[in-house]
Amino acid sequence: MLLIHCPYCEEERPELEFRGAGEAHIARPANMAEISDADFEKFFFIRDNEKGVVYERWRHIHGCGRFFNAARHSVSDKFIMTYKAGEKKPKITKTQIDAVKPPAKGTPANEPVWTVGGKGEAK
Amino acid sequence: MSKVAQRTGPLDGRNFGTTGVTLTPAAAATRISLRAREDGLATAKKILGFAPPGKPKSSATKGSINCLWIGPDEWLVIDADDSGLPAKFAKEGNTKLSAVEISHRNTAILLEGAKAVDVLNSGCPQDLSSASFPVGACSRTILGKSEIVLYRTGEHAFRVECWRSFSDYVWSFLMDAAKSA
Ligand SMILES: [Zn+2]
Repeated sequence: MLLIHCPYCEEERPELEFRGAGEAHIARPANMAEISDADFEKFFFIRDNEKGVVYERWRHIHGCGRFFNAARHSVSDKFIMTYKAGEKKPKITKTQIDAVKPPAKGTPANEPVWTVGGKGEAK
Repeated sequence: MSKVAQRTGPLDGRNFGTTGVTLTPAAAATRISLRAREDGLATAKKILGFAPPGKPKSSATKGSINCLWIGPDEWLVIDADDSGLPAKFAKEGNTKLSAVEISHRNTAILLEGAKAVDVLNSGCPQDLSSASFPVGACSRTILGKSEIVLYRTGEHAFRVECWRSFSDYVWSFLMDAAKSA
């Protein structure tokens, strides 16, 4: 099971206690009633959906109940770090990214466990 | 003449025991969902008679009152005797803290025996070893499909708090787990 470090519980807890809550660091416009439909759409619906490092909100819903933020790799699904809500977006170093990067194509760990040969048999 | 209305618990009359573990519905208790920030803690301390614990997963006890850390500004207070806590909180007003009585929203199951951890771990993903969840530790977590608050009252004893309407499910889950533990 995936273990997620909750910055409020100060320990790693099983993923079943958590719920993802979308992209982090989206500032709600202060002048909501005045912004154009296009700006509202951008704020409300449009997400970066990066391939690589993503910043996400998570909620420890079946634990302390708190929302917090996480930096995660969207391909390997591995967490780089979690931090409290309201804290600044952390700078992620290359070493940190390399540590959670999925294995490169062609390396054994990246190969599917089962492949089907030309005649339909499993290899 | 006729008796006054009698309140019954959702698990009244149930009992289960097998080798290594017993299940018992807990007696009725006063429960309060306490929410307070820094500036409300003094009031909470005054009413409870002790400070709400500040460390994750920890609890504090004095007399009949247990105060369980749930989150950084949230506690579950369980009072086995009726020491009038809801009235005391109401008297202090709600400007710096929020105290909601949830005595009848929750019910609890007492789980005891050498196999207690195995039974819980069949549906609760937390590490319940004595090192990481010692006596006195408490946590909101899940059991199967239900949210629970788990409180370790002894090396082989746990209190499983759950919502009243989920209690039938939680009881059955623990009973099934106990049968195969
Ligand atoms: Zn937490």
